[in-house]
Amino acid sequence: MNDLITTVDWSRWQFALTAMYHWLFVPLTIGLSLIIGIMETIYYRTDNDKWKRITKFWMTLFGINFACGVATGLILEFEFGTNWSNYSWFVGDIFGAPLAIEGIVAFFMESTFIAVMFFGWKRVSRGFHLAATWLTALGVCLSALWILVANAWMQYPAGMEFDPDQMRNVMVSFTDVALSPVAVNKFFHTVFSGWVLGAAFVVGVSSWFLLKKTNTRFALDSIKVGGAVGIVGILLTMWTGDGSAVQVTKVQPMKLAAMEGLYDGGYGVKLVGFGILNPDKKPLDDQDEMIFDISIPKGLSILANHSADSYVPGINDLINGYTAVTPAGDTITSLSYYDRIAIGKKAQQALRDYTAARDSGDQAAADAARRALNESYQYFGYGYMDSPADAVPPVAATFYAFHIMVLAGGYLLLFFIVIAWASFKKKESLLSNKWMCAFGLLTIPVVWICSEAGWVLAEVGRQPWTIQDILPVNAGVSAISSASVQTTFWIFVVVFTALLIAEMSIMVNFICKKTKQEILNNNTEK
Amino acid sequence: MEALQLYWWLLISLLGAILVFLLFVQGGQTLLCASKTEVSRNLKVNALGRKWELTYTTLVVFGGAFFASFPLYYSTSFGGAYWLWMFILVSFVLQAVSYEFRRKPGNVFGTKVYDAFLFINGSVGCILLGVAVGMMFFGADFTVTKGNILDGASPVISRWGEGHGLREICDWRNLLLGLTVLFLGRMNASLFFINGIEEGTDFARRQRRSAIVNGLIFVVLFLAFTAVVLLADGYQADPAGKIVEVKYLYANNLFTYWWLGFGFVVGVLAVLFGLVKTILNVNYRRAIWWTGAGTILTVLCLLLSLGVGSTAYLPSVDDPQSSLTIANSSATSFTLTVMTYVSVLIPFVVAYIFYVWRKLTSPALTPTELDHEPEAY
Repeated sequence: MNDLITTVDWSRWQFALTAMYHWLFVPLTIGLSLIIGIMETIYYRTDNDKWKRITKFWMTLFGINFACGVATGLILEFEFGTNWSNYSWFVGDIFGAPLAIEGIVAFFMESTFIAVMFFGWKRVSRGFHLAATWLTALGVCLSALWILVANAWMQYPAGMEFDPDQMRNVMVSFTDVALSPVAVNKFFHTVFSGWVLGAAFVVGVSSWFLLKKTNTRFALDSIKVGGAVGIVGILLTMWTGDGSAVQVTKVQPMKLAAMEGLYDGGYGVKLVGFGILNPDKKPLDDQDEMIFDISIPKGLSILANHSADSYVPGINDLINGYTAVTPAGDTITSLSYYDRIAIGKKAQQALRDYTAARDSGDQAAADAARRALNESYQYFGYGYMDSPADAVPPVAATFYAFHIMVLAGGYLLLFFIVIAWASFKKKESLLSNKWMCAFGLLTIPVVWICSEAGWVLAEVGRQPWTIQDILPVNAGVSAISSASVQTTFWIFVVVFTALLIAEMSIMVNFICKKTKQEILNNNTEK
Repeated sequence: MEALQLYWWLLISLLGAILVFLLFVQGGQTLLCASKTEVSRNLKVNALGRKWELTYTTLVVFGGAFFASFPLYYSTSFGGAYWLWMFILVSFVLQAVSYEFRRKPGNVFGTKVYDAFLFINGSVGCILLGVAVGMMFFGADFTVTKGNILDGASPVISRWGEGHGLREICDWRNLLLGLTVLFLGRMNASLFFINGIEEGTDFARRQRRSAIVNGLIFVVLFLAFTAVVLLADGYQADPAGKIVEVKYLYANNLFTYWWLGFGFVVGVLAVLFGLVKTILNVNYRRAIWWTGAGTILTVLCLLLSLGVGSTAYLPSVDDPQSSLTIANSSATSFTLTVMTYVSVLIPFVVAYIFYVWRKLTSPALTPTELDHEPEAY
């Protein structure tokens, strides 16, 4: 049992490590693919060689980054099988389909046309090359779509039912899986955030050139595209982020409570704008939640339900159960976690009874057990838990990830308002100002921190579940020794870190080399 | 339902067959160290570099499609043969960055390290993917007990014996297949270089010699593997669903399903034709098309023979009743139907891959083109 728990913990760390490294590279791929597509379209329409050179500069950085995204993505896909084999069987009938579609529809498109992007300049027509660039960008988005559909399904398992004969969940509605509001929102939120990250990268690198007073025209033209993508991206990211909050309120209220450090909810709940959690606070104790906070009155109720006086449950309310009235006047009741655990254990017993009755040929008993199972299956996963505290995610990590994401997002909005305004008003002296350039460079790490924080919030806030309410992580793991997972964890730490260092070194080297060359007048780049 | 399972087994087999052909990229990576000059090495890297993502993607899609259509295999094999799959994956991770990084200034580790990564991926990738397929013939040490999901203390369905794939790596029959795949990849890579690179007669002569040497080693290994498989016993589900051992099962399948046997023989002959014509005709450059098509057809028929007639395509040597057949390990009819609709797109995918392949390989790569290509690997 102890080794199982250790295996679960190391498997979580390994998956988290892989996912976080993967997410260092993927949003840049998403964002740059769009920006490169726009730049090449300008080249195609104007036939101005300047834009071809600009496109090729960013395309080189795109290629360097793409390789690392591909490398970490492979591990991520197969880790579902290697480290979470139980999960792979228990929900593979549903979860596997998006992954297969992702491969057939998106990966081949990406991998085929990216070769044309890089090696087709002299082998295909301009029009075909442009089409290849956009098809690569489309492939990138479609890749994101299907893996995010799969991820959203883990947060909100729709379109499925449990089949006791096969001891697994089976898909009954593909549209419910693919078009669930959580999936749609997650897809757009993630892709738009990738646009922001790509735009911040372009503006940041261009700021370096402006700071060095070289390739000024190249930098200003790049900023024009980056600024436009950035402002559109951040506005859309915030809009879909608001949609995400509403969805989380509906389907993962415990995550919402954790991300606000809210233990005791109520009507018209405040939103913590900035705060420090009390590290000693535990569910159901009498300690204060926060050591210090600056809050917006009724802010959380507005964020969660778009209604200032609406009810938002806290962690303690969810554990103890609550009854509340919605803004529409309906009364809702939420079962306590004590009841959920009891019902979950009943569901598991019903499944045992069903199996025994079926094997012994007692059809009446099997039917009765199946009915009992169907009535209680919604809380099946709680049956693996001993106490309600087991169902509470790490509050501090969730809380700080959320607030870092929001603060960084606010900064990015201001940053892109200034950048977009300055570039379209041709305020080149402002864009070339050393302080503005310094902000541009500073924004590169900020946007990555923001993006990673978003995923920490989404995934740590989902704990302890692999599938919300259905399968906790300790029931989804593979039967391998913790020593094996520890070993591969450290192998991945070394390999991924080495790749990251190499990628950053190559990028920095490439950019620094270009500060000594005229990008727009260099014949070797033609 | 049975038709859907067979259809998806066909697609999985086809993906597997294409993957084995595309492993010429890996085979080619093991030949880089034999390059006489830096120019010829860079030409080979760049010729392979325009295809590596296709191999990589096929591996990923193979995994994804297996997950979706036969989730119990995904769950059992990947979670059980942990070390086998981890070695394969790490080798492909090293490959993914090596092409892009190897000659880029500031790459930290130097070109030789990235070329070493390519060699590791080329050899380890081919051999261990061969081992993974070998397990499907010669079995592995695992049990599947679905009821374990209700055991709160240890709820894992699929369990493997000690070693988690290391034992399977050490099985000489699996290694035989692994080495066969490696030398097939090296032969196909040499033929690909002959077809796709234009660097003078000395280069072509060296590639031809490499194709012949690797091809002959491959033929010997392949004949040995074929003999082992045809003489091997297998496991099969009887009409009641009980898994029973069957003498010479794989040979029986190739005879019973004669079209599989026929396809297998035609595929082998196509590979041999390409090899023999390369031996006999010094100026012949199109052998890769024969050996490529032959490889795909042969592997397709071999993999298909594993799924037909209730054959256990992943036999359990520890508990035969835990063996996986396409019937007991597949996704539901609903999921397979949904994915079947999606699979309508596959011909379009194949068409654009083929079109782009032709665009990027014709005319052949030359040192001059490489000199003027800023994105060259």
